[in-house]
Amino acid sequence: MARGQAKPAAGKKSSVPGPTGTREEMLAYYRQMLLIRRFEERAGQLYGMGLIGGFCHLYIGQEAIAVGVQSIKKPGDQVITGYRDHGHMLACGMDPREVMAELTGREGGSSKGKGGSMHMFSTAADFYGGHGIVGAQVSLGTGLALANKYKANGNVAFTYFGDGAANQGQVYESFNMAELWDLPVVYVIENNQYAMGTSIERASSETHLHKRGHSFRIPGEEVDGMDVMAVKVAAAKAAEHARSGKGPYILEMKTYRYRGHSMSDPQKYRTREEIEEVRKNRDPIEHLQDVLEANGWADEAALKAIDAEVKAIVADAAEFARTSPEPDPSELYTDVYLEVAQ
Amino acid sequence: MTDVLMPALSPTMEEGTLAKWHVKVGDKVVSGDVIAEIETDKATMEVEAVDDGIVEAILVPEGTEEVKVNTPIARLSGEGAVPAAQPVAAPVAAVAAPVLAPPVVIAAAPVEASLEGKTLVKVTLRDALRDAMAEEMRRDDSVFLMGEEVAQYQGAYKVSRDLLQEFGDRRVIDTPITEHGFAGLGVGAAMAGLKPIVEFMTWNFGMQAIDHIINSAAKTLYMSGGQIRCSIVFRGPNGAAARVGAQHSQDYSAWYAQIPGLKVIAPYDAADAKGLLKAAIRDPNPVVFLEHEMLYGQEFEVPDDPDWVVPIGKARIHRQGRDVTLTAHSRMVGLALKAAEILAAEGIEAEVIDLRTLRPLDHETIIESVRKTNRLVTCEEGWGPMGVGAEVIARVLEHAFDDLDAPPVRVCQKDVPMPYAANLEALSLPNVEDIVAAAKAVCYR
Repeated sequence: MARGQAKPAAGKKSSVPGPTGTREEMLAYYRQMLLIRRFEERAGQLYGMGLIGGFCHLYIGQEAIAVGVQSIKKPGDQVITGYRDHGHMLACGMDPREVMAELTGREGGSSKGKGGSMHMFSTAADFYGGHGIVGAQVSLGTGLALANKYKANGNVAFTYFGDGAANQGQVYESFNMAELWDLPVVYVIENNQYAMGTSIERASSETHLHKRGHSFRIPGEEVDGMDVMAVKVAAAKAAEHARSGKGPYILEMKTYRYRGHSMSDPQKYRTREEIEEVRKNRDPIEHLQDVLEANGWADEAALKAIDAEVKAIVADAAEFARTSPEPDPSELYTDVYLEVAQ
Repeated sequence: MTDVLMPALSPTMEEGTLAKWHVKVGDKVVSGDVIAEIETDKATMEVEAVDDGIVEAILVPEGTEEVKVNTPIARLSGEGAVPAAQPVAAPVAAVAAPVLAPPVVIAAAPVEASLEGKTLVKVTLRDALRDAMAEEMRRDDSVFLMGEEVAQYQGAYKVSRDLLQEFGDRRVIDTPITEHGFAGLGVGAAMAGLKPIVEFMTWNFGMQAIDHIINSAAKTLYMSGGQIRCSIVFRGPNGAAARVGAQHSQDYSAWYAQIPGLKVIAPYDAADAKGLLKAAIRDPNPVVFLEHEMLYGQEFEVPDDPDWVVPIGKARIHRQGRDVTLTAHSRMVGLALKAAEILAAEGIEAEVIDLRTLRPLDHETIIESVRKTNRLVTCEEGWGPMGVGAEVIARVLEHAFDDLDAPPVRVCQKDVPMPYAANLEALSLPNVEDIVAAAKAVCYR
């Protein structure tokens, strides 16, 4: 039974909207999004070569969200997400080397090779994971917000989850407490239309996920998650709401993942044409490229230079991830407990 | 020039059939283009280009079966092609080196807390727990209490009595009935540097939150390579309660004591409960603190000392004896002490060891005792299979097999859900007579 359709809007954008930042800012977003795209393509390749094991969930197609939200973050604001986390880490400013080396399970990885693709963290970048249990990050992120309010530090916890996690019970337990206690949290729902192989129409009685906070009195809005500028504007508004003491805010980012749920997904649940349509007409990187060119802020040569720079960074990260040694066997028993201070 | 390699499309794939090429020599490809289809025994999947370039050669024709992963299948050349990292065997760090024995989990050697020379006052277990929380909250602003009915109601079992009045609603937080959610919030707050005490009205309800206790709290330090801390105490009544039936009456000791990354404490008397709860709150690791409802109202002697802290990871010999070792924790310690009195009247001197901490388990104290008594009875309120007694016995067998003069015996709950009927409930729970009988059996008396 098909109910409320929530497909990404079809068709190429008829006009290019005005930019929401300076030339330098817009070029930086372009570079970050391209870095995530090229990084993920390379991760997919390393997976294919057997250098990355287990599960590996790529962020290709969703780059505008992590980059757009990051653009309005203030120092000390936290980010937490699920297992499709590589893009958020790069957006947070983590070194591509330590992210890629964690994917290959090497000592140079951000978790010394002990976490893997789904479990990465960086206290330096205020990135709190990287969580493998669908929906767990929503309660944890709300707890980060509880700590912000407790410490009165003025910070906001950006808590990402997908359309699949949006059906987990603890999401609503967290919504309830977040609004009840006016916690500074922005819930960023990355609605990429598919929870693994189940489309949102087949899994959700209410497919407009920004409405999921209504019974908790949490405001929410739908955002074009393929447009970094729309993401930025919405995230700024939501963060301001949360930071000013008004409590949580929900942003439903309409987006699309180009690749399978994980690397071992044969994708029988959607057509090649559906993917191609989004790639051709709604690609977030090409869209920003159009804006840059329309404003005369970058020509083809400038964009090619960025591409070359990004490719070199990714090649370097892949080489590091390939050559960094496996963790020393003594690491097996470290980081299980912290020592008790006497 | 870049070789396109036969990719692995799943963690287990070793080879596949190159079913179809979507490109031919001379075609231009950009990353993301589908260039080929591969069949495995499970599925047909598309191969996308990672690099930009011109197809210079097709190295494996379509229809080829059993193509090994990482075999070059095509060659790209031209603009934009960045050399692919070549697959190599993972550099193996000293595989031959023996895996190190696990270090002792207790990092700092625990100092025995002694009651000797202390001024002792009579305090109920309930108030000792409250005092521990109050003292630690006075000492450290990052410590706070959250849970159902902990604030305005003053605690479902009155363990948090007067805390709201002293510390206010910032630090004593009434939650909705939402264990999974508020346990997750607590863990998140701990990751951000606070030191939450999360109270479960009973540990039976804590089962709703077990994912956050194990997957989020216990494992994150390890998964983050030591970056993310989680100093948190989960506490509440555990084990048998009176006439509440199967869902409200269960011992979770063995469940949590199995998890690396957690510390698990199950005290018996009020002095240990207070000293260990203070140690748990100060501990930088996640701690599961198992209290017992039937002991809350019982009075014990407690040192009149705000710095009374009992180290985690050290068992306590409650009664010395030479004939048989009785191990127990929580409420069962009281039963074991009563059994020891009965046994003494019959000429059997039992040594009663209160485990106090289940993880890390102080097996040295147990083994030392068994070396003296040569006989062992384990006492627990929970089920026997895969239980605390099973673990105690396994450690004794590993370390003191030759010292045993009789096979050890487990005293535990019968292997059934807790019945409601008074007579069946009593039959299902281990009692003093069971311990006496087991002790006599291992002494061949």
